[in-house]
Amino acid sequence: MGFKSFCFKKSLWVFHFGGASCNNCDIEILDCLTPRHDLERFGILLVGSIRHADVLLVNGSINKRDKERLLEIYKQAPKPILVVAIGACGCTGGIFAEGITFAGPVDKIIPVDAYIPGCPPKPEAIIAGIVKLVNKA
Amino acid sequence: MAADLFYFLVFPGLLFAGITGGFLSWFDRKVTARVQFRKGPPLLQPFYDFFKLLLVKETILPKQGSPVIFLLAPLFSVFGATMAGVFILLPLFNISAGFRGDLIVIFYLLTIPSFSYIVGALASGNPLAAVGGSREMKLILSYELTFLLVIAGVIMKCGQQCDLSIIIQTQQAVSRFIGRISGVLPFIVAIFCIQAKLAMVPFDMPEAEAEITEGIYIEYSGAAYALIKLTKYIMLFILPSFIVALLLGGFRLDGIHILWSVLKVMGIVLLLTLIRNTNPRVKIRQAVNFFLIWMNLIAVIALVMISFGY
Repeated sequence: MGFKSFCFKKSLWVFHFGGASCNNCDIEILDCLTPRHDLERFGILLVGSIRHADVLLVNGSINKRDKERLLEIYKQAPKPILVVAIGACGCTGGIFAEGITFAGPVDKIIPVDAYIPGCPPKPEAIIAGIVKLVNKA
Repeated sequence: MAADLFYFLVFPGLLFAGITGGFLSWFDRKVTARVQFRKGPPLLQPFYDFFKLLLVKETILPKQGSPVIFLLAPLFSVFGATMAGVFILLPLFNISAGFRGDLIVIFYLLTIPSFSYIVGALASGNPLAAVGGSREMKLILSYELTFLLVIAGVIMKCGQQCDLSIIIQTQQAVSRFIGRISGVLPFIVAIFCIQAKLAMVPFDMPEAEAEITEGIYIEYSGAAYALIKLTKYIMLFILPSFIVALLLGGFRLDGIHILWSVLKVMGIVLLLTLIRNTNPRVKIRQAVNFFLIWMNLIAVIALVMISFGY
């Protein structure tokens, strides 16, 4: 493991993209950053600008309008960027998969590095997913 | 010449100030985490962040706007912070005495990072960065006068000497300026000034994360953002050191005094962190009022007290 990838793994900055989400996943993501689970232990920070991000968290079902925004955000991100699809809607479409405005799960639009299923996934599941992501990166 | 380069690049300058500032930045984040009942990041976290940004990430140039100025601004901010750091730390570590009137030069060099942030933000062509830049400009206008009044008070207290080394020697020979009421008032004012200079929370409107998504830094990525981070680390070390030099009697590098010197700087950073964690962000108008009316009032009272010899 080189120095570069070591530093990268130790300091993943997260940008949160919410699609047409029901807010449950958003709350669970926030839960990871608050005192009980505190992901800053591993150097994970929530950043406000996509230019600073290393990880793009996508949750919620992606409809036709979100698709353009998601592509735009992904193009604006400095590479290398990891994409994580959170929740049933992000991974597969969930109950919205048959909807007329649904524009495909996240991995049909941009390449996804990790999937964290669940409706919503528990913070423990999100942490487990991030550990797998770090080991893969 | 070689000695000057060594001063600038290695010992009190870039390398030393950057590493110390990185550890102070960790201290700041760790205290923040403990205040919020969290665990906090590991010790080397600021360095992981810096090297990740510098070595791994891609630097994106803005399509609209001026790429050259956009990239030069972080370089200038590192230069200004390091230069100010060298002039502050050389007398503090008793390496060389500096030159006559170096306080004025330090005061001007300390504003270079803020100015280059503004220039870089306006060169990026992003509307949110422009909002951040204009807020930073208003913030500079409000705190610079106050900071100058603090420095004027220290100069008057020392008998019209504007040499940093003479100010430190006077305090070490007689007594620290903070020991009397006319030294406590400038200390309070100076703490708020460096809070605004570091853009920490009550005065972080230029980079308000929630409303204008990091404002002046919004377009920076990769190596350019790493240089901005480096500037912030250096500023987090040299501004408390400057306060230590002006009001708390400077460093002494013999025996147990090394510990006190370290504790002075860490105490000031702790104070800044606690202010940051117990206050909400104020509006820019409130910040301007706070500095132009209240802090200036306290600074002028301190000046009057000093001129009457209290």
